[in-house]
Amino acid sequence: MSLRTVPRARGGVGESAPRIDGVPKVTGAFSFATDLWAEGMLWGHTVRSPHPHARILSIDITKTLATPGVHTVLLAGDIPGKKTFGLEFADQPVLAWDRVRYAGEPVAILAATDPETARRAAGMVVVTYEILPAATDMEQALHAGAPQVHEFGNVLRHIRIVHGDPDAPAEVWVEGYYETGMQDQAMLGPEAGLAVPSEDGGVDLYVATQWLHVDRQQVAPCLGLPHDKVRLHLAGVGGAFGAREDVSMHIHACLLALRTRKPVKMAYGREESFFGHVHRHPSRIWMRHGAAGDGALRAVRARILVDGGAYTSSSSAVIGNASTFATGPYRVPNALIEGTCVYTNNPPCGAMRGFGAVQACFAYEAQMDKLARALGRDPVDLRVQNALSTGSVLATGQVVRGSAPVQEVIARCAAVPLPAGIRQPPSAGRWAPGDCLSFPGGAGNVSRGESLRRGVGFAVGWKNIAYSEGFDDSSEARVRLVAAPSGAIAEVVTAAAEVGQGIHTILAQIVRTELGVGTVIVHPPDTQVGSAGSSSASRQTMMSGGAVQAACAAVREILMDRARCRAETEGRPVSADFRAEEGQILAGHTLVGPIVQFLDEPIEATRVYHHRPTTPLDVAGRGRRGHRPRVGAGGPDRHGPGCRAGPEPPERLRPDRGGDRPGPGAGPHGGNPTQGWTHQERVVHRLPDPDNSRHAVGAGDARGGAGAGRAVWGEGGGGALDSRVDGGHRRRATRCHGLRTQPGPGSARRPDRSRPSGRHGGAAAIA
Amino acid sequence: MDVLLPRTLHEALAMKADHPDVVPIAGGTDLMVDLNFDRRRPSSLMDVSRLRDLGEWRREDGHLFLGAGVTYTRIVEELGAFPPLVQASRTVGSPQIRNRATVGGNLGTASPAGDALPVLAAYGADVVLQSARGARTLPWAQFLTGPKRNALGPDELILGVRWRIARGAGSFSKVGPRNAMVIAVASLCLILDEERREVRVALGSVGPTILRAHEAETRVARAIVDAGVWDDPVRELPPQAVETFAAGVAAAAQPIDDVRGTASYRRHACGILARRALAWALADRRAGSGPARPR
Amino acid sequence: MRIRVNINGEPRTAEVWPGASLLFMLREHLGLAGAKNACEQGECGSCSVWLDGTLVCACLVLAAQAQDREVRTLEALGSEGRVHPVQDAFLEAGAVQCGFCTPGLVVAVADLLARDPSPDEAVVREALSGNLCRCTGYAKILDAVRIASGRLRGGTG
Repeated sequence: MSLRTVPRARGGVGESAPRIDGVPKVTGAFSFATDLWAEGMLWGHTVRSPHPHARILSIDITKTLATPGVHTVLLAGDIPGKKTFGLEFADQPVLAWDRVRYAGEPVAILAATDPETARRAAGMVVVTYEILPAATDMEQALHAGAPQVHEFGNVLRHIRIVHGDPDAPAEVWVEGYYETGMQDQAMLGPEAGLAVPSEDGGVDLYVATQWLHVDRQQVAPCLGLPHDKVRLHLAGVGGAFGAREDVSMHIHACLLALRTRKPVKMAYGREESFFGHVHRHPSRIWMRHGAAGDGALRAVRARILVDGGAYTSSSSAVIGNASTFATGPYRVPNALIEGTCVYTNNPPCGAMRGFGAVQACFAYEAQMDKLARALGRDPVDLRVQNALSTGSVLATGQVVRGSAPVQEVIARCAAVPLPAGIRQPPSAGRWAPGDCLSFPGGAGNVSRGESLRRGVGFAVGWKNIAYSEGFDDSSEARVRLVAAPSGAIAEVVTAAAEVGQGIHTILAQIVRTELGVGTVIVHPPDTQVGSAGSSSASRQTMMSGGAVQAACAAVREILMDRARCRAETEGRPVSADFRAEEGQILAGHTLVGPIVQFLDEPIEATRVYHHRPTTPLDVAGRGRRGHRPRVGAGGPDRHGPGCRAGPEPPERLRPDRGGDRPGPGAGPHGGNPTQGWTHQERVVHRLPDPDNSRHAVGAGDARGGAGAGRAVWGEGGGGALDSRVDGGHRRRATRCHGLRTQPGPGSARRPDRSRPSGRHGGAAAIA
Repeated sequence: MDVLLPRTLHEALAMKADHPDVVPIAGGTDLMVDLNFDRRRPSSLMDVSRLRDLGEWRREDGHLFLGAGVTYTRIVEELGAFPPLVQASRTVGSPQIRNRATVGGNLGTASPAGDALPVLAAYGADVVLQSARGARTLPWAQFLTGPKRNALGPDELILGVRWRIARGAGSFSKVGPRNAMVIAVASLCLILDEERREVRVALGSVGPTILRAHEAETRVARAIVDAGVWDDPVRELPPQAVETFAAGVAAAAQPIDDVRGTASYRRHACGILARRALAWALADRRAGSGPARPR
Repeated sequence: MRIRVNINGEPRTAEVWPGASLLFMLREHLGLAGAKNACEQGECGSCSVWLDGTLVCACLVLAAQAQDREVRTLEALGSEGRVHPVQDAFLEAGAVQCGFCTPGLVVAVADLLARDPSPDEAVVREALSGNLCRCTGYAKILDAVRIASGRLRGGTG
């Protein structure tokens, strides 16, 4: 055979490949969830509570039902199956029945012939509420007398991370209190979907989402249907950013479709969209950073409080993130971090890009700037000096095993040239109105450069990829190589949600590189194939890419076997390295033949990819190192047509979080974070005295400290771990300790060592 | 809901007389938002967006008549002789919105945040109203009666505004959280009237309606006289006079706290804008006959 | 209410609720879902279309106001088998992620370049100030405008 140099697969990994969904998106042909339409479809509409906290006394739908064009009105009592749903706990009512816990909570749904009829009819639903006091402030929610959002108390999760010696001294301390507000993903595509009832009594839901399978896991039980009767299909997603991690209109549309036996479309308007999904947690963060005189960080102490709103969503993971990332990407030998998430009657918070790590970043980077000022150091240099690297130990005890190019990232950002200087007004004095565009305010014409100062902000952050704390994450993919008139083509079957991030294009690139085939078809994702996990936490390239790569490897192995067999029968050497490139199979430098020649029967493989395991946090907030990634077969490899669906995602979506509702012990793990706040903190956080505060004046601690004072952590002495059994779910408990600041020498108050108080574990005395 | 589609102003006025409740819609940039979000359901609407009589502007007798239906895009393109009005028009929403929104809408909605309104107030514009019974002209101060309230009669449409063309420098400024698509947190228009030797300042978004700062205006006009600046643009106004002016304008504001800003910030912003606008006007006088035409 | 409009060169009619916007009529009655409903309050520009040749937000036009008028939408750009240079530029620049803002931006950019074939950056930014994107951070969208401007002026971009 002739010698040929074959170029790499075009459009493969490492190239700037065109988006496979690009042309439909620029021509308007791409169908987003809001664009769906079906013959005879009805429009669904939601009636929501205007009150943040109220008891529902009655719901009168007679006028609504009598309205022409209204096909059905459903209340909680009409739900055939489970009445609640939720990502971590199924604590959120599909429709509220006795209480509403946030303004915007759904109370009733209806289906009508068109949106205007639906709106008018919705206005005729009469709900009688008894308004209850609402917990709207996250600190207020911690007080003993605060309105209880759920009967088991307002603490959703409390975490305590102890690293090294929490009392380690430092030469310089800086302290700061930081707040971040609630934010919204505001993805341009509002919530939307179309539910179509099917002949078999099931339903097909076309919906824009981030994770088809976890949606189905929540939808099917509410409909009282088995999973195989609830088929979810990915509709075009107009952005997500976390807003589509939770169920929004999914169950509602399916209920309406099943009741009316007609397709039902639900699409939120922009205002309703703000009610319809979770938001980023507002936070209040108090931090103390201690450093040696040469700038090396000695200790970080942080207390983080976030407002989870009315229902759990993914809040326990968010506060987990905020807490485990609270030190920043720096080498910190000693740390004490406490993170608390509370329930309030504010709108529920959950996943939004950054997922807790963002709020912490704002605080710790502000702290680094403060520290730099206190040390008289350049803020960028200080960060470089303390940057994490491979081998560093994190506050959770985790050792960084992979690459950690924090120093390089900082150095590269610092090396970016600063923007060009400020544009000066023309010296001749004639100011043209268009000149204002280059100044702050733009066309608002508020400045010709007066008092204008420009600076460059600098911050570095870190975040996990994929899920944490022992979550058994995986993704399944099926790859099929078939012969077509034009040559070999590859098909990818995945449930991975394309939300704009380009995962489908990436999967095609991976297939092109792995199989040397140019034409790759990515099938529209649905629940017929196993779970790909969520399009979130920056995980899809790793997980679904990993699954596709593994499936490709399996397909390639079979392909090469066929090629070797052929080569053998033709009397050619088979020891050379066989590979596939640009539609051809090569052995060494010899061309064996086009791939399509070996596809008399298609080749198919399904693989499930797991990353190396992580572990939950223990009582001191420590995790353990993980192991190598696992790849499992998701079903028998097929050399012919047909396939089998792979495994479902684990029942427990998060570690240690089984069950429908968190029990009384689930939140604080036996601790009570309202205790242990110092007087100073109470002032800063505007907390009242807790019931069992003690103002102890005593010998106190002889250790002094430079600057404003040093933190002294109360300890629980020999306080017992509180371990309760509730509803069959055992919760591990941690002690909760307060963060106290000892005033500097000369102050009248002296700290006291904390003592455990009762069964709630350690509770620091108040200085 | 009915929608009426008059072909001429005459038809529109007849329809308005017959249906006093009908809500006129031109650019729709306020009204359609209310319709889309189910905040308003007027029993009937009347499209006035194609009425030629509303879409004209003309100079007459040393005055400028601006029809209620002229869009902000057209003002920017065609009325370059009035830089503060062009500056205000350019801050309205976005290009898509400027292509439809009108001064008539600002007047009809009568929000104190309407971008053109401080300019019209500083111009001393009268508002021309028309009904099947005839036309009447209201002085500015009588037309805007409160937040989102005006003196329009039930059978009347806004024909336009009319102001005496005054020679002199001036500008419009609008404070908001970003460079486009903002509802003003505070806005200010300052006009120098060379012939009358007046300074006129109007404030938006800092009171129940558009406010003037008469005391500050009078005082600074006199200070300009005293410094000889009216006669000789190269002379400088003493810094103290500028500061006093700024403080006086800030004091004239009546802001409240709301979702867009605090009262104290708004008051502060008015002072800053007043100081800057005065400095610019004097500098532009010094440099030539006012700012260059917009690009 | 019966509305007669000329859409992309074709006379169409629709029976709509009188309070409906032009956007709703295009999407739900006329099968033209190119214009998007991201905000329905004129903030995001995802519904940008041309009304009698002028760039407008279709969500702010009452359907009845389009009576006997000409409307052009994204679907009018490009022709059989070929995308418009602006569409091509968006693809080449990598300016498309979720794609929800893309229709409105393509229309707004096509409008800009038809009026000003070689706008400088300040002009581009002002012209696109009525279009929001939540995915891209806008840098690649500005690249796309530059590429499209070059193409339309006859260069290779």
